[in-house]
Amino acid sequence: MKKIEAIIKPFKLEEVKDALSEIGIEGMTVTEVKGFGRQKGHTEIYRGSEYTVDFLPKIKLELVVADTQTDAAVAAIIKSAKTGKIGDGKVFVSAVETAVRIRTEEKGESAV
Amino acid sequence: MKRIILTIALMATAAFASMSARADGTNTPPPASTEQRLESLEAYISNGDPTAPLKDTNGNVVVTSPIINSGLQNSTGATVNYPGAGHNAWLLTSTALVLFMTLPGLALFYGGLVRRKNVLSVLAQCFLITGLVTILWVFVGYGMIFGGTGDMTKDWVKGIVGDPKVCWMMNNVTSAPNGNYSYWVSENVLAMFQLMFAIITPALIVGSIAERMKFKAIFVFITLWMFVVYFTQGHMVWGINGLMNGVWNAGAKIKAMDFAGGTVVHMTSGYTGLVLCLILGKRLGFPKGNFTPHSLVLTYIGTGMLWVGWYGFNSGSAVAGDVIAANAFTTTTIATAIASFVWPMCDWLFRGKPTVLGFCSGAVAGLVAITPACGYVTPQGAIVIGIAVAVICWFMVNKVKGWLGYDDALDTFGVHAIGGTLGAIMTGMFARNAVNANLATNLKAYVTDHVFQPLVWEQVKAVGVTLALVIPSTIILAYITKLFVGLRPTEEVEMAGLDVAEHGEEGYHG
Repeated sequence: MKKIEAIIKPFKLEEVKDALSEIGIEGMTVTEVKGFGRQKGHTEIYRGSEYTVDFLPKIKLELVVADTQTDAAVAAIIKSAKTGKIGDGKVFVSAVETAVRIRTEEKGESAV
Repeated sequence: MKRIILTIALMATAAFASMSARADGTNTPPPASTEQRLESLEAYISNGDPTAPLKDTNGNVVVTSPIINSGLQNSTGATVNYPGAGHNAWLLTSTALVLFMTLPGLALFYGGLVRRKNVLSVLAQCFLITGLVTILWVFVGYGMIFGGTGDMTKDWVKGIVGDPKVCWMMNNVTSAPNGNYSYWVSENVLAMFQLMFAIITPALIVGSIAERMKFKAIFVFITLWMFVVYFTQGHMVWGINGLMNGVWNAGAKIKAMDFAGGTVVHMTSGYTGLVLCLILGKRLGFPKGNFTPHSLVLTYIGTGMLWVGWYGFNSGSAVAGDVIAANAFTTTTIATAIASFVWPMCDWLFRGKPTVLGFCSGAVAGLVAITPACGYVTPQGAIVIGIAVAVICWFMVNKVKGWLGYDDALDTFGVHAIGGTLGAIMTGMFARNAVNANLATNLKAYVTDHVFQPLVWEQVKAVGVTLALVIPSTIILAYITKLFVGLRPTEEVEMAGLDVAEHGEEGYHG
C-alpha cells in the first residue's frame, strides 16, 4: 500500500477528484492548508500600507491505494492538476504499513 | 352752564370709550384677518417666520391666530407657533438616518478595517459613545451649544459657550419650535437631531486610535473632550450668538459658514485623531507586522450605510424640508459619487489595481468634503469638490502617511481632517447667493459669487480658530487622561487583542 499526498491549487480540486474517481479510486481526504514553495506569497495593498502574504491557500489531498494503483493515481493527479504555471503543487508518495477498516476490522489492501 | 355740562358729558363719554378700548386691547387682541392667517401659512411653504404677519411694527404679536394658540413654549421662553408637519417629518427621518451612520454604519466600516481580535472593541467603543454622549447632551450639552435667547451678553462665554441654564436637563425643550434655529421644526426634534452629530463626532476619533487604547481611557478622554472641544466648537459655529456663525449672527467676529459640520464634526475629530495617535504611539509591530483589514465586506456594508445616513446629516442640516435641503441632497450625491469614482481610479493608475477599500474611502472622503458646503454650493461646485477631495486625500493616505510614518490606524486624519479642511475652504470658494437666499442677510459683502470672494479668507480664519481650539485641548486632555487612568493596554493585552481582555468576548467563534 502507498499513501499519496498531493498539494494542489484549490480550484483544481474538482478536476482531480473526477480524474481519480475515473480510475477507480474510492476514497480520499481533503484539507484546506496554507503554505509556500517557489511561488512564494503575494503583496496586498490597503491604502498606504503594503503587506506580503507569505502563505497561500492550497488543498492537501491524501489517499491510500494498492501498490498496483499507485502509478495510475499519481499520473491522474498530475494530469488534472497541472496548469503549467508556478504554484501547481507537489505529489508525495510513501509506504503504508497497514490499514484497518473500523466497521468490519478488515486489514490490509481490502480495507482501503 | 348748558355748555359746561355738555362738555363734561362728552369728556366722560370719551374717557369711558378709551378705557373700554384699552381694556379690550389687554384682554383679547382681535382675531387675525384671513389675509394674515394666509400669510402665516405661506411661511410654511417658504420656511419663513409664521408670526411675522401677526406682529406690529414693534415686533409684538397683536392679533390672535390658531397657529400661535399652541400654548407651547420653547427654551427661549417665547410662546410660539405649532411645528409644521412636513418640516418636522423630514427632521425626524434625518435624525434616525444620522444615528444609522454611527450604529451600525461607522461601527461596521471601522470594525471591518481592524484585525479580527479587535473587532468587538470598535463596536463597543461606538456604542459606549452613543450612551455617554446622550447623557452629557441631556445634562448640559444641548444648552452649551444652542441654549440662550439670542442675547449674546447672556452666553457663558460670549460667542464661545451658550447659556444652558434655561434648558438644563432638557427643561423647556418642548415640541414648540425654537425660532433661533427653525420656525417649523420642534425644538426637541432639533435637540435629538443635533445629539446624533454629537455622537458620531467622537466615534470618528476611534479610527485613529483603534486597536491600542484602553476602554477606560476612551471613556475619560471623550467625556472631557466633549465639554472642552465639541460643545465649544458647536456654539461658535452653530449657536445663534456664535463667534463664527456668519450666516445667522450679524455680530459674528468671523463671517464663516459650515452647513453640516466640516469644522465641527470632521476637523475636530480628524485633528484630535492625529494628535492622539501621535501621543499613543504606533501599534505594536507597526508597520512590519500584518495589519490587513479582517473583513472588507463589513467595511463595504458600513460605507453604504454611511452614505445613506449622510443624507440625513447633510440634507437634514437645513432644519427644514425646504429648497436648501433639496440642494444639499443633490450636491451630496454628486460630490460623493464622483469622489468614490476618482479614488479607485487613482489606485488603478498609480498602484495597478482599483481596490474595494479605494471605492469605500473615496465615498467617505466625498461625503466629508461636501458636508460644510452642501447647502451653499451649486452642483457644479460639488463636482469640483468631489474630484479635489478624492485626489488630495488619496495622496495623503497613500503617500504622505507612509513618508511621515505616523500610525493613524484607520485614517481618520487623512480622510476627515484633510477632507474637512479642504471642504471648509472650498465652501468659501463655491458658496453662491443663488443657492441659499440666507447668504444675503449678513454676508452680502462676503459672498460675491466669485471663486476668490472675501468669504474664502473668513473660512481660512475659521479653520485657524478650529485648530487653535482642538490641538492644544487634545494634548492637555490626553495627558490628564494618561495621568489618571493610563492610555495604552499592556503589551500582552494588545498582542492578544482587546476583545477578550477588555470585553470578555470574541467576535467570531469556530
